[in-house]
Amino acid sequence: MAAIHDLFTSPIKVINVGLPSFHADLKSQNVPVVHVNWQPPAGGNARVAALLDRVRRWQAQVRAGKKE
Amino acid sequence: MQRLDIAAINREAVQAIQKSQPVLTGVGIAGEVVPRMRRNLILHAGPPITWDRMCGPMRGAVMGALVYEGLAKTIPEAEKLAASGEIAFEPWHEHDGVGPMAGVATASMPVWIVEDKAAGRRTFCTLNEGLGKVLRYGAYSDEVLVRLRWMRDVLGPVLREALAGRPEINLKALIAQALQMGDEVHNRNRAATSLLFRELAPAILRTRAKTDDQVKVLEFLHANDHTFLNLSMPAAKIMLQAAEWREGCTLVTTMARNGTDFGIRVAGLKDRWFTAPAGMVKGLLFPGFTDADCNPDIGDSAITETVGLGGFSMAAAPAIVKFVGGTVADAMTYTQTMYEITTAESEAFQIPTLDFRGSPLGIDLLKVCETGILPQINTGIAHREAGVGQVGAGLIKPPAKCFEDALAAYVDAYCPE
Repeated sequence: MAAIHDLFTSPIKVINVGLPSFHADLKSQNVPVVHVNWQPPAGGNARVAALLDRVRRWQAQVRAGKKE
Repeated sequence: MQRLDIAAINREAVQAIQKSQPVLTGVGIAGEVVPRMRRNLILHAGPPITWDRMCGPMRGAVMGALVYEGLAKTIPEAEKLAASGEIAFEPWHEHDGVGPMAGVATASMPVWIVEDKAAGRRTFCTLNEGLGKVLRYGAYSDEVLVRLRWMRDVLGPVLREALAGRPEINLKALIAQALQMGDEVHNRNRAATSLLFRELAPAILRTRAKTDDQVKVLEFLHANDHTFLNLSMPAAKIMLQAAEWREGCTLVTTMARNGTDFGIRVAGLKDRWFTAPAGMVKGLLFPGFTDADCNPDIGDSAITETVGLGGFSMAAAPAIVKFVGGTVADAMTYTQTMYEITTAESEAFQIPTLDFRGSPLGIDLLKVCETGILPQINTGIAHREAGVGQVGAGLIKPPAKCFEDALAAYVDAYCPE
């Protein structure tokens, strides 16, 4: 309970992950904020993600084969 | 299952690019030096395209070239000939060369010859015509054709003799120096052209050409900051050819546009183009022009970005933002972001403002698809109608579809389910 109380009574320091507009909004209100430029793998494109996954699995097999 | 280690293959490919040493050795006639060049062939920028799909500036350049070459007497006659099926159209990239903007070249045009002697490879590019009404932007008026004939009859022969009478010019060293002087050698070539001028001037004065011709050649080279663009492009091309057609390699070795389509090629997918509609360039337009005047993205000059120059090295050329738009901070960000999609840093090309960090080198298809970060290109903007010329310059990214289709083809070729 004390921890959650502290959250609302002490100054907020924010790490923003993803949408830059959230970072911009906080910055404009002088809230200390660090932006992490992150987006889902393959930009959220399921087809591309599946293709990349196939390449990854193939390369894992190649590496495993090398160790044999 | 093929036992190919992508990371190891890509490392070897990047090493080959790093070792490549492009040197300027001469000037030749396209019909005599460009592989498979012939009189009824027109070379053009970008991926393959047919006459019926060509944009305005490329059509204008084709018609002008047909008249210049003596294959048609008038522009209407040239238009009819171009549509007749008697003229072949093929990409410069499939003939070991590159062409800026429309990139149109015919058999009698003079071309720079760039060599990588250790690899036994040569690449080619036409000589830059300058700004204003020029063939590469689709202009075909008398002044354009008169200039092209002067380039064939005076400029080409004088440069040919000048280069034959002096040691070859190391283009890699010259580009490296230009990056220290504020160029990125795509849309800013002022320093590189000046350095080239210093190399060529004494040799031009030693030729047997008439003094008047020597002066005109020197004035022509001096007056055009983009003289060197037609050398940075074949230099970039020859370096990337060192990485081409390696089994399993995921490096992008070509990015090129024909004004209708954007196309890429990948080292491990021999000879295949992956295309999507060319986008509209966002940037600064010259006074009097609007977005409605602009042609979609065009030219082979994105070969500079493909080797880590141009938009990838904008941090080295802060002054360029006055030409292509944005701020100096943007230029720094563009370069820093490109490290996310490349596999290495150039040993030759260093960026002073990043503590001499090597420019981002080796665009990895997998990294582009994984991160969703597309290559950053800066470029000139052509008017959409033939004959008007350049209307501005700006920034653009390739269509994501080119990379997604290439990835699908790669999976199909190497690791199908």
